[in-house]
Amino acid sequence: MVPVSWYLLLAALLFAIGTAGALTRRNGITIFLSIELMLNSVNLTLVAYSRLLDDHTGQLVVFFVLAVAAAEAAVGLALFIALYRHRRTIDLNRINLMRW
Amino acid sequence: MEMVIFFLFAALAVGSALVVVLHRNPVYSTLSLVLTLISLAVLFVLLGAPFIAALQVLIYTGAIVVLFLFVVMLLNIGREEASGERGLLQKVAAGVGALALLAFVALAYWGAYGTREVGPLTEDFVSLEVLATQLFSDYLLAFELVGLLLLVAVIAATVLAARLGNTPGGGESDPALPEAGEEGI
Amino acid sequence: MTNLLWLIPLLPFAGAALNAALGPRAPKALTTAVGVGAPGLSLVVALGALWQYVTAIHPGAVEQTIYAWTAGETAIDVAFLLDPLSAVMLFVVTFVGFWIHLYSVGYMSHEEGYQRYFVYLNLFMGAMLLLVLGDNLLVMFVGWEGVGLCSYLLIGFYYDQKVPPEAGRKAFIVNRIGDFAFLVGMFALFSEFGTLSYRELFAQMAANPAQLGADYALGLSLASFVALCFFVGATGKSAQIPLYVWLPDAMAGPTPVSALIHAATMVTAGVYMVVRMNVVYEAAPGVALLVAGVGAATALLAATIGVAQNDIKKVLAYSTVSQLGYMFLAAGLGAYSAAVFHLGTHAFFKALLFLGSGSVIHAMGGEQDMRKMGGLKKWMPVTAWTFVIGGLAIAGIPGFAGFFSKDEILAAAANEGHWILWAVGLATAGLTAFYMFRAIYMTFFGDFRGSEEQKHHLHESPAVMTVPLMVLAAGAVFAGYAGVSKVLAFGRDVNWIHHFLEPVVGGHGEAAAHGEAVHGTETAAHGAAEAVHHLSVGAEWALIAVAVVTAIAGILVARAFYGSGRGVEDGEDVLAGKLGGVHNVLSHKYWVDEVYAAVVIRPLAALSRGFFKWVDGFVIDGLLHTSATIAELTGDLGRFTTTGNARNYVLYFFIGIVILFFGVIL
Repeated sequence: MVPVSWYLLLAALLFAIGTAGALTRRNGITIFLSIELMLNSVNLTLVAYSRLLDDHTGQLVVFFVLAVAAAEAAVGLALFIALYRHRRTIDLNRINLMRW
Repeated sequence: MEMVIFFLFAALAVGSALVVVLHRNPVYSTLSLVLTLISLAVLFVLLGAPFIAALQVLIYTGAIVVLFLFVVMLLNIGREEASGERGLLQKVAAGVGALALLAFVALAYWGAYGTREVGPLTEDFVSLEVLATQLFSDYLLAFELVGLLLLVAVIAATVLAARLGNTPGGGESDPALPEAGEEGI
Repeated sequence: MTNLLWLIPLLPFAGAALNAALGPRAPKALTTAVGVGAPGLSLVVALGALWQYVTAIHPGAVEQTIYAWTAGETAIDVAFLLDPLSAVMLFVVTFVGFWIHLYSVGYMSHEEGYQRYFVYLNLFMGAMLLLVLGDNLLVMFVGWEGVGLCSYLLIGFYYDQKVPPEAGRKAFIVNRIGDFAFLVGMFALFSEFGTLSYRELFAQMAANPAQLGADYALGLSLASFVALCFFVGATGKSAQIPLYVWLPDAMAGPTPVSALIHAATMVTAGVYMVVRMNVVYEAAPGVALLVAGVGAATALLAATIGVAQNDIKKVLAYSTVSQLGYMFLAAGLGAYSAAVFHLGTHAFFKALLFLGSGSVIHAMGGEQDMRKMGGLKKWMPVTAWTFVIGGLAIAGIPGFAGFFSKDEILAAAANEGHWILWAVGLATAGLTAFYMFRAIYMTFFGDFRGSEEQKHHLHESPAVMTVPLMVLAAGAVFAGYAGVSKVLAFGRDVNWIHHFLEPVVGGHGEAAAHGEAVHGTETAAHGAAEAVHHLSVGAEWALIAVAVVTAIAGILVARAFYGSGRGVEDGEDVLAGKLGGVHNVLSHKYWVDEVYAAVVIRPLAALSRGFFKWVDGFVIDGLLHTSATIAELTGDLGRFTTTGNARNYVLYFFIGIVILFFGVIL
């Protein structure tokens, strides 16, 4: 029997990795992927809690998170495409029109 | 037995997560994400949520990541250039911050029911029927709204991506916009 | 009409406002009508009120409050008081003031600033009337400051020349020093008694005499402290030592201004103030003696300087300082009604003398140096003879006003046993007669010493100027009969002014002057104690005779030196040659102005410059510049956070979240 808290620890770890990635990378796609990673860690947490508390609510929330993640990915990627068209780059360091 | 499966796929998940975050080539990152997602799906099964696991594989890996790959291919995104040493501050900050976050989040999770004991999985818990009943009764409104959300997302994506009608890589960028500037911190 | 008291100061203010609104381009007749009509109407109302007051069966003080101002528990009203003292002042101010306004019509008729002149002059009248009619110290002070302002405006009337604005400034600043002391005195009274109204103050003082005697500040009792502060204020306004230096310079203003403000009215405000506060001075005999001493010293000093002046207006200016000294001498000795009496007679003959000199200057085309005049009685007889009447009055020749009032003062000194003060007063009387008749002989007698061009211009002044001269001359003769002392009246008690003022000054006027027992016993030591000291009637007559002889001697000496056109050889005063070094000192006014400049003004100016450069320029500007620089630097550094790079912003988000976690979870 694996203690459910280990799942939680794993989820925390994945979240931290995702955050580090989101803050560190310059490539927009990679940043996006890191964010998806973070979302997934949250999904894992929710399922783990669902198991802990013996309640299906957690799983249902994951269901919705999944749907929202899909929508978000679609819109975000469309934005990237539009951005690329204008600036010919996905390197976020170069997207700095509001610089002082 | 469960232990073995857990550790195996947990390690796989962390490892491929690290590849996602650290690898230079975005294609490799994307593919690593696939691996992470599938590992997580296995873990979902272990936790008694087979339906969610199935959804994860179908939707997340099957649709979302594929979408990512399409875009990567479309935009022909190459390897990330060497960033030079500017950005070190950012990396250090991120690293430290992430560690701090890890600590906090773990503590938070642990603090909330983290030490509870659980009994073995029951037929009831795992059954799809129960899940579906709850979904379509208590969460019906949310369900419908999600549908609406997806519709909106589709429209938005279509509009955004189709804006200028140019094909990437072949057309000119808008001359009125300034060229990409130097890097930040 | 006593219920129309408020109208008396209001009318001149309204006149000033109206003339100001009409502007300099209004027709001259209109400006004149308003400018002279307003004080004229004020005079009518004043006379009506006075008549009512004087003939009332039971004359009590009339009070009229027009605005009750209460702040918390303190009430200071804008209110007017008509009592014997303010009645006398009211008459002098409105009567003499009106005739001077009329005279100005002629004198200023060719001036470009005609309208401005009347605005200021009316404004002055209003302020002066506030001063004398006020029923509390605050209203008096408002008037006090108002007349100071108008004095500044009128002295500096010819603002396009160099000297008048400087003179105006000097007057204002020197006055300010006195005003500060006045304010401190007021503060002390207010903090001790909680009121500034005369009636309440004096009631409280009478009910609780120990309060006045209690130790207060600087080792002085409350009464002494307040008396001293008020007196310093008076030295500023009434040109006594040490703050008299502005008055001679004030002659830069138009001559009617000199007559009205610097002879008849404003400068007497200090005397009025001391007399009004007689209760305080009675309780502070040391300070009262100081007042008398300073008054006497000033009288003598100014008289000596007047001997050596060649500008006719300067002679009169120093004469005014000297006569004011007499008034303070009387007030300091407790002879308050004598002081007020002399104030009244002086107003008449000094205004007369000034207006006469104005007439002369007008005829001489602006020339004021007496060495260039001479024999003018041939061309301007009315001016000449009224001037002589004024001179006789000021010299104290029997029959004229000055004789009666000066006699009272000298008698007061003698009766109290202050022989030194008496001697100083006597010497001053002699010098007064001398310098006055020196001026008269130099100006009106002998041969004309001016240029041919000036000679052609000589003419008598128009009626609008000579009629006031004649009216004032009549006053200079007859005003004295209001206060014939008991001795002079051969034992008959006909001293009208003394009795009139009794309710206000507590019967100290003539009683102290002639050593009779004081009726009331509630007020302080010196009157009652000195009552023992009195001179016999014979001794008094002897003293009067000595004074008269001194005066006549002064006139005769003047005649010897200056009569029949003698006295000016080669354009210079012969006295200069005869007195040599002494004359030099006198004509340089003892170099007092120079001493003040070196000891007070230059260090202060240097200090100011130092402050400007260091405190203002370095410290304050420095602070400002520093804070601006800090803001600039902060901005310069802070802007590095706005990289425009979304990743940085995400990092900032993240840091914020971590910090929040700290707060929430820990």
